[in-house]
Amino acid sequence: MKSEELSVRIRLKAWDMAYKAKASHMGGNFSMADAISVLYTDVVKIDPKNPDADDRDRVVLSKGHCCAVMYALLAQKGFFPEEELEHFGEDGSMLSCHISKKVPGVELSSGSLGHGAAVAAGMALNGKLNDKNYKVYAICGDGECDEGSIWEMVMFAGQHKLDNFTVIIDANKMQAMGDTKDIIDLQPISEKWRLFGWTAIDVNGHNHDELRAAFNASHEGKPKVIVSNTIKGHGVSFMENSLWWHYQIPFNEYYPKAIEELNAELERIGGNL
Amino acid sequence: MRDHVISELVELVKKDSHIYLICGDLGYVVLDKFKEAAPNNFLNSGIAEQNMTALAAGLAMEGNTVFTYSIGNFPTLRCIEQIRNDVCYHHANVKILAVGGGFVYGNQGVTHHATEDIAVMRALPTMRVYVPGDAYEAMECLKEAYEIPGPAYIRLARNKEQNFHEDGAVIDINKIQAYSKQGSEVNILTTGSILCEGIKLQKLLEDQGISTGIYSVPRVKPIDEDGIKDLAKSCKLLVTMEEHQIEGGLGGAVAEVLSSIKEQHAVLYRSGLNNMFSDTTGSQDYLRNYYNISADTLLPIIKEELGR
Repeated sequence: MKSEELSVRIRLKAWDMAYKAKASHMGGNFSMADAISVLYTDVVKIDPKNPDADDRDRVVLSKGHCCAVMYALLAQKGFFPEEELEHFGEDGSMLSCHISKKVPGVELSSGSLGHGAAVAAGMALNGKLNDKNYKVYAICGDGECDEGSIWEMVMFAGQHKLDNFTVIIDANKMQAMGDTKDIIDLQPISEKWRLFGWTAIDVNGHNHDELRAAFNASHEGKPKVIVSNTIKGHGVSFMENSLWWHYQIPFNEYYPKAIEELNAELERIGGNL
Repeated sequence: MRDHVISELVELVKKDSHIYLICGDLGYVVLDKFKEAAPNNFLNSGIAEQNMTALAAGLAMEGNTVFTYSIGNFPTLRCIEQIRNDVCYHHANVKILAVGGGFVYGNQGVTHHATEDIAVMRALPTMRVYVPGDAYEAMECLKEAYEIPGPAYIRLARNKEQNFHEDGAVIDINKIQAYSKQGSEVNILTTGSILCEGIKLQKLLEDQGISTGIYSVPRVKPIDEDGIKDLAKSCKLLVTMEEHQIEGGLGGAVAEVLSSIKEQHAVLYRSGLNNMFSDTTGSQDYLRNYYNISADTLLPIIKEELGR
């Protein structure tokens, strides 16, 4: 399955999971769906049947509230049975509504912002210190970059030239209480990371060719940040750029309407319904 | 105590190349011995304790044993959520080494007094908490923390404490450490370098005809429940001494143990800071006296507790 189709399918699945579990955070899930679809389809080397192999690439979701699309993706890739997704958020399920290490393929439980990327940097540091070939990827939000711990990590990874490490910033320009530009304006964020010694690449985070090119771009001697410029809620008209859909759980007429739109997109790109 | 522990760590890294030491830009000269012995296993995170701890968790998840190092509150309270989520929840093999526990930094002021760290670290699931009383206890604490996988906190004092053991002494830190015979009236439990004051207090009480025992508690979590219960059931008064708040530290831990004893048992007197900051300027000794955690200041208090 190509990344384009995967990105729509995991949105559809996540939407369904959230509807059933009465879960929120769909806007941020949908904004990052394209980047993780490209990452897992065309970039990382991880064997779903052996997710703890020493030489696997490591992926850490630092914005842990956006776990629904990640769970859907991991199930689709065969890390665990897709039926399990039906139990998202249920009593006793391994699929909690912030990402859990209990799930095969998940490296780190996260949910408090500003943690995952720094732990991922530690994994990358181990790779450099011990001549390992694996690569490490972390996915952060742009709002998450308000956390001081992110900048502690940015300084360290730049200083130590962790060129086996890539951070993807899902820059959807919104955070819990409004637009990032009105709360803590970090733009131009790529420039800031570049000044700390990173290779920084800005892309349209919904354009898979641009994402692939950014993942493939060389960054010898430097860690890499891909600022994935996205639209919160991308793929569903009424969710796009809507702060309400940071909190809102799928309900009433919105539930079938999103499915209709996503199915139309699937048809447009030639995926099987 | 500090230099003994660093020397012991140097011995460990010579045998195990998967040990790393990350400091938060503190330990000038002190850590040189380690840096020289294992330059590739030493890192300075910069003055960035959250990142130091998260990096340590990531390194540990890759199969390493990682020690973080800084002063008192910095590698503990400053990065408490990284310790909780990244280290403890993931059972990462990270050992926090803090120097300057309690009032060690004396007149440097409240920011440099670690007086809530034991309580906070004790509350974290899976965390082991070591507060050795002298250099020999400290080396045993380090060895155990290294050998048992998972998170540990080792709270050290500094370098000029008195030692109460001979070289080669065998110490079992699973047990409270007796530094006298058991007291039939009073038994004192101390944690950390306040042990020297406990030993002095025991002698003062004995001199006044009050049968008293003195014990160090080098590992506050998990604590030697049986040893404490045995003491409590065989004397009138237990006294805890610590450079720490009386809530949640050694005093709190002992109170929790006593609460489950069904038989008649000793009353507990907890010395330490009682819901206050140690914001009087002074040396460690001055502060111990000021806050009634020294032998001389505790003597009349204990006698009053006994009705003598």
